[in-house]
Amino acid sequence: MLDTVLLMVSVIVGLALVLNSIRLLRGPSTPDRILALDTLYINSIALIVLLGLYFGSDMYFESALLIAMLGFVSTAALAKYLLRGDIIE
Amino acid sequence: MLKRLFPMPLHSLILVLVWLLLNQFSAGHLVLGILLGIAIPWVAAPLSDPHARVRKPWRATRYLLMVLGDIVVSNFEVAARILRSNRHLRPGLLAVPLDLTGHLPLSVLASTISLTPGTVSVDFSADMKWLYIHALHVDDEAQTIARIKQRYEAPLREIFQC
Amino acid sequence: MLFWLELLASSLLVMGGLFILIGALGMVKLPDFYTRLHAPTKATTLGIGCILVASMGLHALRSDALTVHELVISLFLFITAPVSAYMVAKGALQRRTPFVENTLNQNLSRDILRRQAPGSQDKHGS
Repeated sequence: MLDTVLLMVSVIVGLALVLNSIRLLRGPSTPDRILALDTLYINSIALIVLLGLYFGSDMYFESALLIAMLGFVSTAALAKYLLRGDIIE
Repeated sequence: MLKRLFPMPLHSLILVLVWLLLNQFSAGHLVLGILLGIAIPWVAAPLSDPHARVRKPWRATRYLLMVLGDIVVSNFEVAARILRSNRHLRPGLLAVPLDLTGHLPLSVLASTISLTPGTVSVDFSADMKWLYIHALHVDDEAQTIARIKQRYEAPLREIFQC
Repeated sequence: MLFWLELLASSLLVMGGLFILIGALGMVKLPDFYTRLHAPTKATTLGIGCILVASMGLHALRSDALTVHELVISLFLFITAPVSAYMVAKGALQRRTPFVENTLNQNLSRDILRRQAPGSQDKHGS
């Protein structure tokens, strides 16, 4: 039962990723695209955790943790770009 | 002496705990975690600014639980609003007058507002007396502001005593 | 007992997935940037919280050892989500990203950009 549920939820999250990508491609403004990227990385963490449960491997959590940290830093850098028009001053 | 050895006692404890959480528990990891818990604050303590401290830990715990509950409730509200048609939405900018002072209490307040019912904090005024927020749906401006002040700001003032 | 725990974990997983989907849906259909900001900061954060709690429970169930990796991830996300929302919102305002027409108090954005109290006269003249 659990495996079916895991696959089902993975499909749902995959659908969410597609919707986020639509926003990423359509824009219309730069902040919208940054927001879409931010949501995209959070949702991909969910997908990776689900896959880790499905395959029963611990390794996936390490990558989820890495994505969580790198994702936040990159959102911060992009927000800084929005504010100043430059990342390194 | 003790102060020199452990400049940030709470942080040391948290570091040891997180180290043990990230690795399987064993005697070796415990020793390594304690070493890191002592060494990292030595490097980090000179970097930290003086800031308001939590005066009432018990009240802070209750506040944390209340916020967690609010996050769950607010999510159902926001989900319902998203699923309805856009014409029902009345988004708005609001200015909340602040009685709270200090950087740490204010950032805790701003984060709480961002995580709970249909509101995101946008910016402070330069003198830190006003917090600007964006609300997904405003029924009654005065009531929304009063709710924030009474539900989140009042307990934070009590916790940080400022 | 085992069956009920699995059922609980499954419902948490499904709820989390649905919240994430609703957040993504909001991202596509809400009218302007500022309203879209609400979808990922709330719906997605709770969604991923649900999934991580379920994953923690399942892990404990399978290996009899309580791993708390997921707790670290969700704690990290709960701390960073409001911060990144705040930064992106501030950047969007600087860029004069337009509001949807029926937004209340749009004139406040002028005060926010100048970082002054609402409605105060600007000293430099506009």
